[in-house]
Amino acid sequence: MSSPRSSSVLERPAVTPRAARPSANLRLRRKIKENLTAYGLLCAALACFAIFSWYPIVRGVLLSFQQVDFVNDPSWVGFGNFTKLFEDPLFGVAWRNTLLFTGLALVFGFFVPFLTAVLLNELRHAKAYFRLVVYLPVMLPPVVTALMWKWFYDPGSGLFNQGLDAVGLPTSQWLDSSTTAMLSLVFVSTWANMGSTTLIYLAALQTIPGELYEAAELDGAGMWKRLRHVTFPQTRFVLLVLLLLQVVATMQVFTEPYVMTGGGPDDSTVTVLLLLYRYAFVYNDFGSASAMSVLLFVALGVFSAMYVRLTKEAS
Amino acid sequence: MRTLISPSQLRSRKGKTIYWVVLVLTLVLFTIAFLFPLYWAVTGAMKSSSELAKVPPTLVPEQWHPETYVQSWKEMDLGKYFLNTIVVAGGAWLVQLAVDVPAAYALSKLRPKLGNLVLGLMLATLMLPAAALLVPTYVTVADLGLLNSPAAIWLPAAANAFNIYLLKRFFDQIPDEIVEAATIDGAGPVRIMARIVLPMSRPILAVVSIFAVVTAWKDFIWPLLVFPDTGKQTLSVMLQRVAIDMPLNLLVAGLVLASVPMVLLFLAFQRHILAGLTAGSLKG
Repeated sequence: MSSPRSSSVLERPAVTPRAARPSANLRLRRKIKENLTAYGLLCAALACFAIFSWYPIVRGVLLSFQQVDFVNDPSWVGFGNFTKLFEDPLFGVAWRNTLLFTGLALVFGFFVPFLTAVLLNELRHAKAYFRLVVYLPVMLPPVVTALMWKWFYDPGSGLFNQGLDAVGLPTSQWLDSSTTAMLSLVFVSTWANMGSTTLIYLAALQTIPGELYEAAELDGAGMWKRLRHVTFPQTRFVLLVLLLLQVVATMQVFTEPYVMTGGGPDDSTVTVLLLLYRYAFVYNDFGSASAMSVLLFVALGVFSAMYVRLTKEAS
Repeated sequence: MRTLISPSQLRSRKGKTIYWVVLVLTLVLFTIAFLFPLYWAVTGAMKSSSELAKVPPTLVPEQWHPETYVQSWKEMDLGKYFLNTIVVAGGAWLVQLAVDVPAAYALSKLRPKLGNLVLGLMLATLMLPAAALLVPTYVTVADLGLLNSPAAIWLPAAANAFNIYLLKRFFDQIPDEIVEAATIDGAGPVRIMARIVLPMSRPILAVVSIFAVVTAWKDFIWPLLVFPDTGKQTLSVMLQRVAIDMPLNLLVAGLVLASVPMVLLFLAFQRHILAGLTAGSLKG
């Protein structure tokens, strides 16, 4: 980073070599000292990354090809863990459920916050209040949210059915039916997380220059056209980044199904991460669990890489 | 500021009517959607067990039982779990600052050889879904004998490429001339960091600090794995564990109590949290 600049500084004294030699020597000594100090300051971070990030990455791949039972030494099983996973009927179910969750979460968690942000951006009053309440659920611990909603969802005395009943709408079994359980989990997760997405969109909307809307209006564009041709393209980048982020996050959904349904009813909410958890911490099969991690990484690596690239470009 | 809807449209009689209708509808909808569930929980905890199960439910408790909160605190030994959670979150905060700030400073201002490679390797970990590291990191933590120790949360939390990146970008904006001038005055790098750079970096330190605490407080899956000893668990893990056996009103009271610190934190540091939201997620 600094090399071109320092080399140009070094070139100049070359005209007067007698004066340059000691100062170049000094400069080198200073450079070494600076590097040592820098690595001194970096060493704690390097150790943490090495032990808890870089090494586990390698170890995860190795584990996925090993059988680990903590009694005998780990043994190599080739692709045995992977074939074992593919033979597990729950494996396909878990991926289907996870994709369903991600798909539904995108429909709700992606478009609802965007439309909410567009709406809030138009409102001139109570802005602070809207920002406050929409973000409040984000602060609650996810376990608290999940347990609270489990209570709201209770088919008998729960808040939702009571509310629906009061206004004469049909009630639902929510978490207790395999057809609605996943959808119910998506609602919770949308409620809990939409605050952050909404506010990020809102921030993006506020950077759109007003002249663009004026120009579009002069060209005779109605509200929908302005939304499509001004608002949408101007926020495209943020939309794309959050889309990638959300795919990566929702594909790893765990807390809601673990706390609220335990994977049921009829395995309708078993997700990839829930199955991974079972393999590792219920069946004590760390090899197969690692194989599952590797598959999840392969599935999500592209999205993550795109996200990191885009955000790096932006800065 | 000009937005989607033009000021002239808003000024018309029709525009005004629509605006106020939409505003009131949004206000009501937002309050019902985001505040009412919280109200329901706070007051629900104060209803008697029989009233909680009643159909139709009561909007305001017929009989107030605020003592449920005290009872819940005692029954679940909440004091102990609050302390556990504070140790976990507070430690995660301090360790992250102690590890990530010097690292970001070194990468930004001292620019050592291979510094960019180091930063690249750190940023590369962001591409990994957290779930992919769950098992191998757990096995590593277990090998190191860190299970049941808060260090099992603190140390992996410090390997946070996001923090280092955010901090480095902020330090990059501080002119090198200031650092050079201090060097000429004889101050060493550590002194410059502590006396000059950090005081200038309060906003980003606040963002990193708050997010460190909030993340640790909210986390569930990692503390669930690394605290097999039930007495060492954090609030989230404990609440989940006892949820099925607890009387509903006591459980709900516990849920409310466990959220209070985060809600207060939000009310106190709203500006920082909302600013950090855009900084943290888009890094731009």
